[in-house]
Amino acid sequence: MNIHEYQAKALFEKYGVPVPKGAPAKTHEEFVTALAQLPEGPTMVKSQIHAGGRGKGTFTNGFKGGVKFCKTKAEARDIAAKMLGNTLVTVQTGPAGRKVQTVYFTTASDIKKEYYLAILLDRASSRPVIVASTEGGMEIEKVAHETPEKIFKVLVDPAYGLADFQVRQLIAGLGLNAAEAKGAAKLIRNLYGMFWETDAAMIEVNPLITTPSGEVLALDAKVSFDSNALFRHPGISALRDLNEEDPKEIEASKFNLSYIALDGNIACLVNGAGLAMSTMDIIKHYGGNPANFLDVGGGATKEQVVAAFKIILGDANVKGIFVNIFGGIMDCNVIATGIVEAVREVGLKLPLVVRLEGNNVAAGKATLGSSGLTIVSGDTMADAAQKIVKLVA
Amino acid sequence: MAILITPETKILVQGITGDFGGRHARLSLDYGTKVVAGVTPGKGGQVFEHEQHRVPIFNSVHEAVAATRATVSVVFVPPPFAGDAILEGVDAGLDLVVAITEGIPVRDMIRVKRAIAGSKTRLLGPNCPGVVTPGTGPQSTGGCRIGIAPGYIHRKGHVGVVSRSGTLTYEAVYQLTTRNIGQSTCVGIGGDPVNGTSHLDVIRMFNADPETHGIILIGEIGGNAEVEAARWIKTNVRKPVAGFIAGATAPAGRRMGHAGAIVGGAEDTAAAKIAVFKECGIEVAATPSDMADALLRAAKAKGITLG
Repeated sequence: MNIHEYQAKALFEKYGVPVPKGAPAKTHEEFVTALAQLPEGPTMVKSQIHAGGRGKGTFTNGFKGGVKFCKTKAEARDIAAKMLGNTLVTVQTGPAGRKVQTVYFTTASDIKKEYYLAILLDRASSRPVIVASTEGGMEIEKVAHETPEKIFKVLVDPAYGLADFQVRQLIAGLGLNAAEAKGAAKLIRNLYGMFWETDAAMIEVNPLITTPSGEVLALDAKVSFDSNALFRHPGISALRDLNEEDPKEIEASKFNLSYIALDGNIACLVNGAGLAMSTMDIIKHYGGNPANFLDVGGGATKEQVVAAFKIILGDANVKGIFVNIFGGIMDCNVIATGIVEAVREVGLKLPLVVRLEGNNVAAGKATLGSSGLTIVSGDTMADAAQKIVKLVA
Repeated sequence: MAILITPETKILVQGITGDFGGRHARLSLDYGTKVVAGVTPGKGGQVFEHEQHRVPIFNSVHEAVAATRATVSVVFVPPPFAGDAILEGVDAGLDLVVAITEGIPVRDMIRVKRAIAGSKTRLLGPNCPGVVTPGTGPQSTGGCRIGIAPGYIHRKGHVGVVSRSGTLTYEAVYQLTTRNIGQSTCVGIGGDPVNGTSHLDVIRMFNADPETHGIILIGEIGGNAEVEAARWIKTNVRKPVAGFIAGATAPAGRRMGHAGAIVGGAEDTAAAKIAVFKECGIEVAATPSDMADALLRAAKAKGITLG
């Protein structure tokens, strides 16, 4: 689960990670109260959406830049008015963009130098890894590719936690002076404490900055949490912003369906994540384009199948449906009955290809065959995929 | 032989009194698997009954092991308690713990993995379909089925299958069985980013197993486990190997169902992994329908008969 920068920075403050003074606002009235909390002088205005690339983004009303430097608070208020309620398009949002529902004002900092700091899971070692770099404010993937020697990593042993010598290694790598080192050590320790205690999936600070007066501050904050651990963090669960999520994905999650919208026109309904991914792949292999990833899970019910049909048909681009079920334990006839019911309930007009295999498959195929509906049967995944691609073309 | 388990292996079920655990304990008993104990804290002394079977339930894994000599556990415990259930099995000195539970917090698994390092216990999973060593009876009964895989699609034979995904494993097994090619052992290592047993661990076991004559390696986007396995295969494995990678069409940065299936960098895309497979002499299945045929091509090239 992702959260906004202003929410992440509130958590940073709670865990003792220094950030520039800031205040969020969700309405024009709140601009005044938010700005009143900041000192007079240079102020940043930052659009709060979950996607990156905000600074270089463009609003659909033509206004350029989702993050702006302002010389005064009065100017910040005018700029915020141009952002709030408008749609920001960045390299990460796709052409539809995201509506800015919150702006975040922060005191503009004097920057001596920018750095990069992140904490995430290192899959190879199954340990948390802290990644630091002297190249802040840039895309870390680019730094890793072009100048890997400028990236420093320490793996944290979960039995002992972050060791002092590891903090010193990171600080030495960043080349901080003695005055900065003290603040940086505290910041890194506290940030790791937050990562561990909150079940964060990733914390990224880009940039981390030093100031001419020797302060070390997190200038930006990108934080996501392990969705499987939210049950033990009700305060963090409350930070979820449904405006940032696809309504179809929210609806799917209510039925325990795993759904992700894509930009093709062949909808898929599959049991199992691996098979669902491969179903998208095989559609592409035969020249089609998948409209979604949809995993109904191992123990799908009729209700789930009906809900799944409604969700995939909510996508106007869909021109055909491919149902691919390997019912190992699950009864194929239950699925077939669900499909027939769903087709009748939604009055499906689009081509539908069903590939059923596994437990009680003969009864399942008979149910489909005797339904009087136009359902094309596929014998294998390959056969079914070729049929739906042809029907949609 | 086979790997990890044999039809003689005695297993206990942690969470046998839950709907899910109970249902699959019954299916394993039907398959002929020696399910000798159940564990549910607070329900010790009760009995899990299924047809002629009477499986005693214990309060702890230690008690169950002392009374029944079970050596393998399968975990169906809900996510908040599953990490603890795994540790209990490790502490009781089991040979193998198979964690089926989906949705265990990553932090719990980081701690579990650290805690079990150096112990004698192997962990399979979590978020995995389990492991099947097919038997010689009708529809492969008489074998050992641990977890949630459909037993009846298997057939006893000489192909080892390893995968992160349940349904893709079944797809591969079904393709093999319908071509009259049996399996030695089919292993699901699970779809989570932190898991106990890697593709490479299983490949090493298949390579050392004289009963395994060919291998199907099924992977997906995310992480570098498949690449690590492929490089080892290149230098160490002479048996025919076929591979498939799911997720070629997955958009970057989105989690595709499995918590581990997310493309992070250029290295963990399907295309990158497929390129490494080819470079390492693994016959790549063009589509998931091609997995068994890909293995047959690899076997034919080496002059090996698998049927």
